[in-house]
Amino acid sequence: MTTKTHVQTTINGEPVDFLCEPRQSLLECLRDVIGLTGTKEGCGDGNCGACTVNIDGRIVTSCLVLGVEAQGASIETIEGVADGTNLHPIQLAFLEGAALQCGICTPGFIIATKALLEKNPDPTEHEIRFWLANNLCRCTGYDKIVRAVQDAAKRMQEA
Amino acid sequence: MTTTDYDPNVVLSTENDFKVVGTRPVRHDGVDKVTGRAIYGADYDASGLLHGKILRSPHAHAKIISIDTSKAEALDGVHAVVTAADFPEAADKIMELGEDETKLRDLRGNILARDKVLYVGHAIAGIAATNAHVAEEALSLIEVEFEVLPSVMTTDEAMADGAPILHEDQTTEELGDDSGVVSNVAKHFQHIKGDIAEGFKQADVIVEREYNTVTVHQGYIAPHNGTAFWSADGRLHIWCETQGSFVVRDSLADLLDMPVSMIRVTPTEIGGGFGGKIPIYVEPVAALLSKKTGTPVKIVMTRKETFEGSGPTPGSKIKIKVGATKEGKITAAHAWMAMEAGAYAGSPVGAAAQCVFAAYDLENGLIDGFDVVVNKPKTAAYRAPGSPNAAFGFEQALNELAEKLGMDPIDLRLKNVATEGTRRVDGPVFQRIGAKEVLESMREHAHYLSEKQEGSGRGVAIGFWFNIGFDSACNIALNKDGTVNLTEGSTDVGGSRTSIAMQAAEVLGISAEDVRPSVVDTDTIGFTAVTGGSRTTFATGWAAYEAAQDVKKQCITRAASIWDVDPDHLQMEDGIISSKTDSELKMTIKELAAQLSDTGGGITGRASVKPRGVGGSFCGNIVDLSIDQETGKITIDRFTAIQDAGKALHPSYVEGQMQGGSVQGIGWELNEEYFMSDEGKMNNTSLLDYRMPTALDLPMIDTVIVEVANPGHPFGVRGIGEANIVPPTPAIANAVYDSCGSRITQLPMSPGSILEALKS
Repeated sequence: MTTKTHVQTTINGEPVDFLCEPRQSLLECLRDVIGLTGTKEGCGDGNCGACTVNIDGRIVTSCLVLGVEAQGASIETIEGVADGTNLHPIQLAFLEGAALQCGICTPGFIIATKALLEKNPDPTEHEIRFWLANNLCRCTGYDKIVRAVQDAAKRMQEA
Repeated sequence: MTTTDYDPNVVLSTENDFKVVGTRPVRHDGVDKVTGRAIYGADYDASGLLHGKILRSPHAHAKIISIDTSKAEALDGVHAVVTAADFPEAADKIMELGEDETKLRDLRGNILARDKVLYVGHAIAGIAATNAHVAEEALSLIEVEFEVLPSVMTTDEAMADGAPILHEDQTTEELGDDSGVVSNVAKHFQHIKGDIAEGFKQADVIVEREYNTVTVHQGYIAPHNGTAFWSADGRLHIWCETQGSFVVRDSLADLLDMPVSMIRVTPTEIGGGFGGKIPIYVEPVAALLSKKTGTPVKIVMTRKETFEGSGPTPGSKIKIKVGATKEGKITAAHAWMAMEAGAYAGSPVGAAAQCVFAAYDLENGLIDGFDVVVNKPKTAAYRAPGSPNAAFGFEQALNELAEKLGMDPIDLRLKNVATEGTRRVDGPVFQRIGAKEVLESMREHAHYLSEKQEGSGRGVAIGFWFNIGFDSACNIALNKDGTVNLTEGSTDVGGSRTSIAMQAAEVLGISAEDVRPSVVDTDTIGFTAVTGGSRTTFATGWAAYEAAQDVKKQCITRAASIWDVDPDHLQMEDGIISSKTDSELKMTIKELAAQLSDTGGGITGRASVKPRGVGGSFCGNIVDLSIDQETGKITIDRFTAIQDAGKALHPSYVEGQMQGGSVQGIGWELNEEYFMSDEGKMNNTSLLDYRMPTALDLPMIDTVIVEVANPGHPFGVRGIGEANIVPPTPAIANAVYDSCGSRITQLPMSPGSILEALKS
């Protein structure tokens, strides 16, 4: 068996240690080693955005990051977006705006949207579409997602 | 919100006398899906889980001379290897798969190839190992000797004289009879109404043209997956993403030659389907591996496998001839359609034939359909299967006809529109339909009335899907707090739990939130057909309606016994049981529920239905686009979808279906394509190279929900999942013509093909 590496990270604010093989992606570590299955795999090569997580303030497709690269990193996944039983305004906007159908892309969209709104609290429609262009959704045609992001921006400004 | 000078999402309601139906509650499964808690197929885990991988053919057509799995089996960490030889031999038979049917022998051959591989990606063997990496390593240790055969990739190649034959025992069914001729054409059928030769004689104007489309994929974001556990007591349990858990159960029972009662299928949450998750692929392989190992085995396809080893929708060749008088009355139409079935018979050409002329009242029509096998993956359903291919031809031809006649294209359509009582060329007579109302709504829409932007082109088209009924079951148990638990068997691909729950709530006079819907496994609910054919809100919703009526009846009976009155004197409205004769006798469902146990026990309603009153749905598009003259890139500037929903149960999710279907149609039109090499290999198996629309490629998709109630459903529901993918391809083609004066008859309309057209 391949020798495993000990990786120390912070995930959703909590210290997390895990062992991983050199060939395992961060996505595989999150899902299969740590058990955080909210981050989804749609393609395995960085093109669908379903596995989007935030590492040290930057959103990345976790299928293109090796588990060992997460050493010392602070990672935010969908499981860390809500504050306990209080949903984040972005989650509420997606829910109430019917911005999901099958829901498999939703965690990635929410992580990407959160990074956008933290950087740009009042994005234009074009800026939203540009920012979310690496997240594929096959169900919604994006209309309600764009509207949900606009709604979330408003909720966050009013909060 | 985006500011516009018009309402981007309109509901044209005819019937508003509902409390719950037509409102927009938050979906019951929503919180789990925005917090990452929902369990999809790939998320499923089990004690002792092994991971499976599948060896796939590198050749488009080859004989399998031998398979040697010994080296793979010897690798550390490998627990089992299976091939087609591990399937029991069962007699061939026709299998109903919900939206289509297939031969058991073909299904088995597609799951694991026996003597021949018929496409690149065709599964040959399965391996179970301690993890997916070991399983993948072991794949390379399986030695397969092939004798490569020449292949056919298009209907033209497959239908040519002397073409390489995929199935030596396949003879053409010619107009219902076995021709005895061995051929790649599995079937040629016709629908005839009137006499087209006579009709064309009466025509003042005739348009005749050929249209071609290529293979495209449904593009669901979650690849196929399945976990199987074959228990020591002989029972098989499957957890998978499927549009039909009972289809999985029944298909496995046939494939594995075991009774359905020995198989339990638990549908997980599903990451998209669009028809592509009706057939089974990995589940039987996981089952055979689990039988050998005695432990659960999970198989998850990669994206490449999903493209090469699941079922896309076919490439097709469509020839249209249509004639009309100078007043714009269509006198005759002929559609000749050949569709690629993929490796085994069963393309959606039959469905295409039901749709191609459906919007129009034709006196004389002829439809020729050809189901043709080629060396590509066996096609599967994809949202209104066959109808977009057909509409790409006929709806373009109609615009060409309108131009020749000097008529507005919507007026030409309205002049010939099908209405209640119209007999379709393929036979059925329409009940009340909304084709006319959709066209009128298009003609009156602010988008159609607006001035075009300079340099942009505008196109219109409409499309049809007939929708299906089929079996559905529902149970409803009344809780002591007056809420209900609703169980049903329809996979929820896009909010159907809620649209079903709302129908029960309407009957019981309670809120949507007071219904707790669950999609349950095949041991826990009565037979329920696939989530497909736009049937779920219609048929499973009907089951919920009936089950709720059952609960309501029992509530009235119970109240009557409590009050010691005749139940016929009681009524239940808005969740209140009351006497028609004594105003003192009044009780809410909550008050009754609290005393159930003391008054005779619980109340459970149930229903199994197979509704017949299916109502087809029409959808129209208005599209504005502009073309970059230097690069040939098309930008969709404005897009409006207008669809007859019958009754929109939950308008937000109806709009969502319309917007999603529209965008799949846009992708099909502009970008999507299996790029096949000469050897029959797909060259673009990533989501970078198979380019589906991103948020940046699109405008807002405006919607108008037209409500022409379906007389065959208690709330007038039609089912709206599919018709919306039909009009985008011809509407965009018509807009391209309007913009640049070229008729593009080959999909996709990539920048390269547009540049060619601009040059000519």
